[in-house]
Amino acid sequence: MTLKVVVVGAGVVGAACAFHAASAGLDVTVVDRGPVGAGTTSRGEGNVLLSDKEPGPELALARLSRTLWDEAGRELGADTLELEPKGGLVVASTDESLAALREFAARQEAAGVRAEPVDRVRDLEPHLAPGIPGGVHYPQDAQVQPVLAAAALLRAAVRRGARFHTGEVVGALTTRDGDRTPLGPTPLGPTSHGPTSHGPTSHGPAPVGPVPEGPVPGGRITGVRTAAGEVLPADAVVNAAGTWGGEVGRRLGAPVEVLPRRGFVLVTEPLPPMVRHKVYSADYVANVASSDAGLETSCVVEGTRGGTILVGASRERVGFDTTLNTAVVARLAAQACRLFPFLRGVHLMRAYRGFRPYCPDHLPVIGPDPRVPGVVHACGHEGAGIGLAPGTGALVTAHLLGRPWRDADPAAHTGLLPDRFLTPGGAPQ
Amino acid sequence: MSEPVDLVVVGAGPAGMTAAATALAGGLRVVLLDSGTALGGQYWRHPPEHARAAVPTDDLHHGLGRYRALCRALAAHRSAGRLDLRLAHHAWSAVREGDGFAVHVVDRRDAPRETAAVLRAPRLLVATGAYDRQLPFPGWDLPGVLTAGGLQALLKGGGVAAGSRVALGGTGPFLLPVAAGLAARGVEVVAVCEAAHPRAWLRHPGPLLRNPGKWAEGASYAATLARHRVPVRPRTAIVAAEGGARVTAVRLAPLAPDGSPRPGTERRVEVDAVGVGWGFAPQLDLLVPLGCALTESADGNAVAAVDAGQRTTVPGLYTAGETCGVGGAALAVHEGRLAAWSVLADSGAAAPAPANRARTAVRSAVARQRAFARAMALAHPVPRAWPAWLTDETVVCRCEEVTAGAVRTARADGAHDHRQVKQLTRAGMGWCQGRMCGPAVHCLTARGRAYEPAERLVATPVTLGALAGLDEEPTDNAEPDKECS
Repeated sequence: MTLKVVVVGAGVVGAACAFHAASAGLDVTVVDRGPVGAGTTSRGEGNVLLSDKEPGPELALARLSRTLWDEAGRELGADTLELEPKGGLVVASTDESLAALREFAARQEAAGVRAEPVDRVRDLEPHLAPGIPGGVHYPQDAQVQPVLAAAALLRAAVRRGARFHTGEVVGALTTRDGDRTPLGPTPLGPTSHGPTSHGPTSHGPAPVGPVPEGPVPGGRITGVRTAAGEVLPADAVVNAAGTWGGEVGRRLGAPVEVLPRRGFVLVTEPLPPMVRHKVYSADYVANVASSDAGLETSCVVEGTRGGTILVGASRERVGFDTTLNTAVVARLAAQACRLFPFLRGVHLMRAYRGFRPYCPDHLPVIGPDPRVPGVVHACGHEGAGIGLAPGTGALVTAHLLGRPWRDADPAAHTGLLPDRFLTPGGAPQ
Repeated sequence: MSEPVDLVVVGAGPAGMTAAATALAGGLRVVLLDSGTALGGQYWRHPPEHARAAVPTDDLHHGLGRYRALCRALAAHRSAGRLDLRLAHHAWSAVREGDGFAVHVVDRRDAPRETAAVLRAPRLLVATGAYDRQLPFPGWDLPGVLTAGGLQALLKGGGVAAGSRVALGGTGPFLLPVAAGLAARGVEVVAVCEAAHPRAWLRHPGPLLRNPGKWAEGASYAATLARHRVPVRPRTAIVAAEGGARVTAVRLAPLAPDGSPRPGTERRVEVDAVGVGWGFAPQLDLLVPLGCALTESADGNAVAAVDAGQRTTVPGLYTAGETCGVGGAALAVHEGRLAAWSVLADSGAAAPAPANRARTAVRSAVARQRAFARAMALAHPVPRAWPAWLTDETVVCRCEEVTAGAVRTARADGAHDHRQVKQLTRAGMGWCQGRMCGPAVHCLTARGRAYEPAERLVATPVTLGALAGLDEEPTDNAEPDKECS
C-alpha cells in the first residue's frame, strides 16, 4: 500500500517535499489556495547559501541541501531553475570585523564549508569600493530563480504521479480511536490507522461526509478538509505553509510558532554584468541570527541572469504590514552605494517585500509532530527557505519513509524536530 | 513655503490643475507636482515655456481658454505664496504617515541630476491620468511604430511629426484628433483604421444624444480629415508592421465581427511611421500600494473606486480624472472640482461651500459624461479575436523579449493571470514593469476579468544615489520651483 501524503503549501519547500516524496514512490497531493510559489517564494532573491550559517543544525541541512540543488539541476536541467553556482563574497569594512569574519569562516571550514580568505577583494569584484580590508570567498554559495525552481520541482513531482489541488486547508480529520502510533522508525501505512470514510484507493477530493469539527486529541490524521468542503484523504500531512505555517499547524491541531519578519528587496535596471558574486557585508550574518525587534539592514548585492542587480536585505518585525517603508529603501540604497559606488547612477526599477517565516530560535521546524500522529512540519525557514528546500524535502521524505532518503537521515537532524518547542507532555514550552 | 501644506496634488493635467485651483480658491495651501516641464498634462501638453514662441501648438488644442484661465489662477496663488508648484518632479512613492501622507519625489529640474525630497500633507489628491493601452501585433516593436498618444505628445510637446506617411490604428475616437493634428502639420495620413463598427454606437444612442458637445467635436475632426482626404476605415486593423531598421509598411485587414482578419483581404501600405492605440489604461501606481479599493470600468480596466465626491476608500485620499475611469478632459475637469470641494469640506476650511446649484450642475455633468464614456468603451472594445493576430514569435513583452508563444506556454502550465505569467516568463519584469504589456498579457490569460495592474511599490525609476541622499541627509520640502511657470 502506498502512503498517501498531502503537502500543504506550493511554495518552494512544499514543491521540494512533493518532488522527493513522489520520487520515493509515495502518493502525493499538493494543496495550496494559490498558484505555485506565490507566497514568500516569489519574494526571495533565490539564495542558496552556506556562507551565512554558523556550524549547527541549519548548516548541516544547508550542506545537504546544496548537494541536492546540484542533483535537482542535473535531473531537471540547471536552466529550468536558473541555478547559478556563482559563489559568495563576504566583505568586512574594518580590520576588527575582518578578524571576526575570518574566525567565523575558520569554524565553518571545520564544519565542512569551503571558505577562502581573500585580501584583494577587487580581484574578485572589480567594482567594489576601494579601501575594503578583505573578505572571505565561499565558492559553494549559489542562486536559483525561486518561482521557476518551485514550478520545475512541482512539475517533476506531477510527472512522478503527484497531484496539485487548489484549495485552502481548514482542518484535519483524525481517527476517533486515539491510535497513537508514532511516526518514526515504523513506516506510516494505511494499515496503521483505523477505518475512514474513504476507500484506500480514492484519489483527490472525496465527497464530504459527516466530519468531526477538529482533530480528535490523540487521533491519527486521516485527511484534511478544504474551505470548499472537500476532503483529501491522507496518512500524513506535511505543513509546508511557510509564513502561514503557524496557522496551518493550528488548523491541523499541531500549532507551531511561526512569525513573519518583513524584508524589502530593491531591483535595479538591467545592466551588463557588473557584480559577479553574491556580495554582502560581514554584519549580514549577525543580523540573520539576531532577535532584535526593530529594523535591521545589512547590505547584500548581487546580479541576476536577467541583468538586474538585487539589493537587500532588511529585517523588521511588523506583522503582515505591507506598507512600503521608504526609510528602509533609502538605507538599503545608501549601503549598496557605499559597497559599489557605481550604483549611485543606477536606477531602482522596482522594490518588493516579503514576509520571512521564522521560529523563535531562528531554526526551521522539520519533522513529525508528536501531538498529532501524521502531521509533519516543514516550515519556519526564515530567509533561507529557497536554499534549504531540497534538503527539507528529502528530510521530510525520510521521516515519512522511516529510513534515510538521498543522504537525508532523520537521526542526523534531530535539532530541527518540533519536539524542541514542547514539554515531554506535549505542551508548548 | 514654510507654513504647513494642506493638500498635495500629484498630476497637473486638467483634473489636477482644476483641483489645485479650486482648493487654493477655497483658502488651502497646496503643493502641485507634475513630471512634465509645463502645466497641462497630456491633454494640454505644451512645449516648455522657453520654446513656446518658436513652436506654435495652439491649433492642436481644445479648451485653451480654460487652460489659460487655470494657468493664470495658479500663477496668482503662486505669487501669493499659497501654491508650491513642482514641475519636473516625479513621485515614486506615496505612503501614509501619521494622519497624513508622505509623497516621495525626485526633482529632475537639473536632469540628469536627481534629488530626492519628501512632500507631506494631511490630504493627497492623485490625478495621474492614463496612458495608451497597447495590443502587440507582429512588427509592433519596430522603430517608428508608436502609440497614438506618443505621436500626439511629440506634436503638442515639441511640434514634431514622427513621420511623413503615417498609418493610425486601434480603436476609439482618440484616433481622430491625432489624425487631424498630423494632417494639419502636413503629414500624409494614409489610413485611420478603426477596429469597431460605427453602428456599435447605435446600441447606446442615449449618451451620444445627451452629449452634443462630443458630437460636435467629432464632427469637426471629421471635417478636418475630409479636407485633408484622410481615409477612415471602420472595422479594419493594422495587423502587422514590416521593415528592417525601422517600419516601412503596414498590413491592413478588414475584420470579421469577432475581430479576426478576413482571410485574403490583407493590403500592404507603405509608411514611415505608425500610431496605435486601443484606448487607455489608468495610471494607478500611487493609488494601489496605498490600499485604495478598485472597481471595474466598462473598458475592461480596474479603476479607483470613489464616492460622489471623488473620495477613495482610504481616508484623506482623493482621485480625479482618468484614474477613476477613462472619460476625457471635460469629465476630468469636473471631477477635479468635485474632489477639491470634498477636500475643502473634509478639512473644515473656512471657505463657504459651493452653491447647491453649482454642485448639482457639476454632478449631473459628471453623470452625463460618465455615461458617454461607458457607451464609448462598449462601442470600442478590444477585439475578441485579437490573440489570433499573434504568431508564437510575436514579442509581447518588449523589455524582456517574451513572445506570445512563451506566454501561451505559461498559461498552459497553469498561469492564470499576468502576475503568474510574469513569475514564469519575466514578461513585465523589465524597464516598463508591465505598464505596456500588462493589459495584453491579461487579455491573453484572463480576459473577462477587469485588468488590475501589478502593485508597483516604485512608481517611477529613481537612482540609488538619489535614494541614498535621502538616507544620508533627510530633506523635507526641499527647494520649491523657481523657474517654471
